[in-house]
Amino acid sequence: MVPTSYYLILSAVLFGLGVVAFVFKRNVITIFMSIELMLNAVNLAFVAFSQARHQSDGQVFVLFVIVVAAAEAAVGLGIIILTARNRQSLNVERVDLLKL
Amino acid sequence: MTPQLAIFFVLAAIAVIGALSLILQRHPIHSALSLIVVMIALAGLYLLMGSEFVAAVQIIVYGGAIMVLFVFVIMLLNAGVEERTNVSKLAGIAGIPLAVALLGFLAAAIARSNETAQAGFQSGGLANTKDISTMLFKDFVYPFELTSFLILVAILGAIVLAQRENS
Amino acid sequence: MISFLTSFLAAHATIIIYLVKIALLLFIVLTVNAYLTWFERKVVAHMQSRWGPHRVGPHGLLQPAADGLKFLLKEDPTPAGVDKFTYFLAPLMALALALTSIAIIPFGPEPLHIFGRDITLGIADLNIGILALFAITALSVYGVALAGWSSNSKYPLLGGLRSSAQMVSYELALTMSVVGVLLLAGSFNLRDIINAQAHHPERGILGWNIWPQILGFICFFVAAVAETNRVPFDLPEAESELVAGFHTEYASFKFAMFFIAEYTSMITVSCLCTIMFFGGWLSPFPASWTFTYYLPSVILIPAGLWVIWDGIRYETIFGRLVLPGIGTVLTVIGIALAVPQLQFVNAFIQGPFWLLAKIFVFLFVYVWMRGTLPRFRYDQLMSFGWKLLLPLSIANVVITAFAMLIWGPR
Repeated sequence: MVPTSYYLILSAVLFGLGVVAFVFKRNVITIFMSIELMLNAVNLAFVAFSQARHQSDGQVFVLFVIVVAAAEAAVGLGIIILTARNRQSLNVERVDLLKL
Repeated sequence: MTPQLAIFFVLAAIAVIGALSLILQRHPIHSALSLIVVMIALAGLYLLMGSEFVAAVQIIVYGGAIMVLFVFVIMLLNAGVEERTNVSKLAGIAGIPLAVALLGFLAAAIARSNETAQAGFQSGGLANTKDISTMLFKDFVYPFELTSFLILVAILGAIVLAQRENS
Repeated sequence: MISFLTSFLAAHATIIIYLVKIALLLFIVLTVNAYLTWFERKVVAHMQSRWGPHRVGPHGLLQPAADGLKFLLKEDPTPAGVDKFTYFLAPLMALALALTSIAIIPFGPEPLHIFGRDITLGIADLNIGILALFAITALSVYGVALAGWSSNSKYPLLGGLRSSAQMVSYELALTMSVVGVLLLAGSFNLRDIINAQAHHPERGILGWNIWPQILGFICFFVAAVAETNRVPFDLPEAESELVAGFHTEYASFKFAMFFIAEYTSMITVSCLCTIMFFGGWLSPFPASWTFTYYLPSVILIPAGLWVIWDGIRYETIFGRLVLPGIGTVLTVIGIALAVPQLQFVNAFIQGPFWLLAKIFVFLFVYVWMRGTLPRFRYDQLMSFGWKLLLPLSIANVVITAFAMLIWGPR
C-alpha cells in the first residue's frame, strides 16, 4: 500500500516542475507542453484522492480535465501554427506585439 | 518495502526525470518525448492505484492524441533548437524561487494534514469502470454534455484558425 | 544442486511460467511473421501468375531464414545529420509496442494442465483488455512519426507526417466501431467478449457478433487496415511517391524492426477481428454437432498426404527429403487427433484450432487485398476516414444502443 501523501507530494513536484518549465522555456510549443504537465500533476492528485476516499468522482473529473486538455490542444496548436506562420518564429519573445 | 511501494518509487522517479528532461532538453521533440514518458509513468501509477480505466484513457487520449498533435505540429513547423535570450535568465531568477516556494508550501500542507487514508487497489477493475460510467452518465450528465459542446466549439475553432484567409 | 534447482523452480513457479510463456509466444510470433512474408510473397505471386520465392529450400521455404540472415549481416549506415537518439528509438518503439499488443490476446478457452498447474493460453488477461490494446495502438504512431522526423530527409518526413495524420484519423473510427461489441458483451475483457458470443451454444455461427455488428465489423476492418498501414492504405510508404516513406533512411536490422512490427500488427488485427466479431475460439457449428471435433484430422490428414505426394516428386533431393518429412508429421498429428484415447487432446485443441483458422483467413484477406487493390489518393483517404467511416461507426453505436434498448441485451 502506498500512502496517499506520497502521491500528493509527487503531484506537487510535477506541478512545480511544470511551473518551472512554463517560466523557463522560450519555445511556445514547449510552454504549451508544460501546461499539459501541470494538468497531469493535478490529475494524479484527483485520482489519488478518489482512490483514498473510495469514490469515483475524482476519476470522472480526470476525464473532464482530459477532455478540456484535448480541446485546448486543438485550439492552442491552431493558434501556434498561425503565429509561427506570421512571425516566422516560435520564440515567445518574438511575439510581443499585438500587431505585426 | 512492499512491492507496491517499490513500483511507486520507480514510476515516480521516471515521472520526475521525465519532467526534468522536459525542462532541460532544448529541442521541442525531445521535450515532447519526455512529456510522453511522464504520461506513461502516470498511467502506470493509476494502474497501481487500481484505476485501470483512467490509466487507459490517459494513454489513449494524452499519449495517443494530444501528444501526437504536439509532435505533428513540431514536425510541421520544423521547429529547431530553442533560442536562449537574456530575458529567459531573468525568468530563471524569478522562476526558481517561485517554484521552490510553491513546492515547499504544498509539501508542508500535505505533511501537516493528517490524511491517513491509503490509495490502494479496489477489488475488481470492471466495477471501477462501471462506477465511473454510472457517475459520468447519471450525476455528471450535464457537465458531460457540456464537454461535448466544448469539443464541438474547439473543432470549429481549429478549423477556422487553420483555414487560409485568401481561399 | 538438483534439489536447489527444484526448490527454486517451485518458489518462483509463477514468474518462471510467465517468462517461458513470453519467450514461447515471442518465438512463435516471430516465426509466424517470417513465414507470413513467405506466404504473402507466394500468394501475391500466384495471383500475378508468377512463382514467387522458389530457390532457397523447397518451395522457397527457407527464404525467410535467408532474408533474416541478410537483415542481420547487411551494412547498417547511419545517415549524416540524423537525430541519433530518436533515430534509434523509433524502430525499437515500433517493434516493442507491436509485440506487446500480442500479449493481451487470449488463445484458448481452457487452461493447460501441466505439472499440476493451470496454464492459461495467453499472457495478460486484463479487465480493460481492449482498451489496453487501443492504448498500445495509440502509442505506435510515434514509431512511425519519429522515424520520419529523425531521418533528416524529405521523403521520410512526408511519409511520417502522412502516417501520423492517417493513424490518428482512423484511430477514431477504429475505437468507435468496437463500441457496439462492447455494448453487447458488457465488458472490455476479450475472454468475456468471446464468451458473450457463446450465449446460445446451439446457434453456432449465428450467435457471433458479426451478424448484429456487420456495420461495426466493416468499419473496424477498414480502419484497422489503415491503422496498420497496409494496402490500400499504405500511403506512408507509397513507393512511387515517397521512395519508402518513413523508413527510407533505415537499413539492415532497423528496417527489419519496422518490417516485423508491421507484420505483427497484422497478426494482432486479425486476432482482434476474430475475437470481437467472429467468435474467437468458438466453433461455427452448433455445440451438439460433436462429430465436427474430427475436423482438424479431416483437414490435416489429406494435407499431410498431399505434401508427401508433392514432396516425393520434387526436383531437388533436399526437397524430396524435407517435404515428405513435413507431410508425415502433419499426417501423424492428424491421425493422433482422431484416436479415441487422445480425445482429451482433441477437445483441448478445438479452441485454438478455430481461433488460428480464423486468424489465418484474415491474414489471407490482408494478402489478397495487397494483390488486388490499388492505393488510395491522400485526399480520398482523409475524406473517406472522416466523412464516411467515422459517421458510420458512430451510427453503428447509436443503432446498437437503440436495438439493445428495445429488445434488451441479447
